[in-house]
Amino acid sequence: MRQDTRMKPESPGLQTMAAAAPAAAADSISLRGVGHSYGELQTLAGIDLEAPAHQVLGLVGPSGCGKSTLLELICGLQDPSDGTITVGGAASAPARLARCAFMPQRDLLLPWYSAIDNAALALRNQGLGRREARAAAAGLFERFGLAGFEAARPDELSGGMRQRVAFLRTLIAGKPALALDEPFAALDAITRAEMQEWLAAALRTEPRTVVLVTHDVEEALYLCDRVAVLSARPGRIVAEVKAPSPRAAERDAAVTDAAFVSVREEAMRALREGSR
Amino acid sequence: MRRWLLPLGLIALLLGVWQVAASTGAIAGALSLEDFLVPSPAEIASSLWENRGLLAENAWVTLKEILLGILCALVVGVSFAVAMHRWRVLRDAAYPLIVASQTIPTVVIAPILVVWFSYGIGPKIFLVALLCFFPITVNTLDGLRSVDPEAVKMMRSLDASRWQRLRRVEAPAALPSLFSGIKIAVVVAPIAAVFAEWVGADAGLGRLIQSDLANYQVARQFAAIAVLSGMALILIGLTALAERRVVTWR
Repeated sequence: MRQDTRMKPESPGLQTMAAAAPAAAADSISLRGVGHSYGELQTLAGIDLEAPAHQVLGLVGPSGCGKSTLLELICGLQDPSDGTITVGGAASAPARLARCAFMPQRDLLLPWYSAIDNAALALRNQGLGRREARAAAAGLFERFGLAGFEAARPDELSGGMRQRVAFLRTLIAGKPALALDEPFAALDAITRAEMQEWLAAALRTEPRTVVLVTHDVEEALYLCDRVAVLSARPGRIVAEVKAPSPRAAERDAAVTDAAFVSVREEAMRALREGSR
Repeated sequence: MRRWLLPLGLIALLLGVWQVAASTGAIAGALSLEDFLVPSPAEIASSLWENRGLLAENAWVTLKEILLGILCALVVGVSFAVAMHRWRVLRDAAYPLIVASQTIPTVVIAPILVVWFSYGIGPKIFLVALLCFFPITVNTLDGLRSVDPEAVKMMRSLDASRWQRLRRVEAPAALPSLFSGIKIAVVVAPIAAVFAEWVGADAGLGRLIQSDLANYQVARQFAAIAVLSGMALILIGLTALAERRVVTWR
């Protein structure tokens, strides 16, 4: 049902998107004893994590704890030195690459493409013509507050708008899992809060299995179902907390709620201890 | 306005000084030369007008050599840069050689080229291409390598093949650098063409300049030089124009 509203049935993009739609256990992400090192330098050790289908898993940790590396391992851009990672049941790097779309820290919109051509990049790579790719992306522009900005150049967009386009570009690849690397780190506080609400709404209508890296504990607890706290290098999981009200419609109310505040304190404590 | 007025004013001033110094015989006197060896700008201009047919004919020959030479350098240089970007082994093997090849004084191999390829247009195109190859290849390669590694990861994750990464990310990112290379090529190409003609040719501005020197046709020689500079300036202008049309995102 969901994919019917997402784009016109005759659109060839539908097939690629439809693959992402059914909530199956097959869409889960699982890490078993994952470790990683660059030469002598061990960055990650003994990571066990589980993200069930259509849940959002947060990763917080001190700078340089290997969060971004972990994300690259999950979405198949690299292979871990130890342990296994499966996305949708598949363990090989190419299979993970095919099942998990990566959103880098900076928006990295290509300045030679319009907003909609940037968003439709994956569809073009998957073999769609320019017109079909644009038609497929246009529906999402409407639904995600970007209507009217289709032809805009990236440098004509605000920071928040750029992140929306970057997120749609990741979503439109039609993969069951998403790996988001500090998507809102570069935004000002107000825009960031707005974008968190926007992403929460987007994930309510377009559920995906998501791993979200952030250094902002509040952001993690608002957007994620569960949040894993990593220690300083080599990164290990020192705590896992369950968020009280993931992706609540009213962000301000949710993050000031007593239950939220106490979980946030718990996560902060774990983060402080892990940073030592 | 100011951008144009200031340099034009300076040119006018320089020409004026030259005009006075030449027409009063001051330069010739100072150098103990015959007056006809030091033409004034006015004499050069009138020679330019009188010999317009001859100059245009020879300029066309030189222009063809320049354009074909740059075209060859573009085709070979860009292909080579892409290949070196794609295959690291090739880059590691060839890059030092390409840089080292720049130490060869190209002018001294021009006579050999004429011996090998005879008097035709071939050695001229070859020499122009040879001089243009380096700036085009090196700039293109630098441009291709300038791409943010995060953008490459993003493209890999969005199912881009190597070819698609090149086409959609690396090639557009390299375009400004490619144009920097072409701008250098456009400046050195006329010099290469004229020198190649100097060594052995039956037509072209270089050939005309050389024979005029031998015949003490100094005014016409300067006229030919003016035509050559004008041609180079137009090529630089056209390159800048093309860059603005192609690289619209800067």
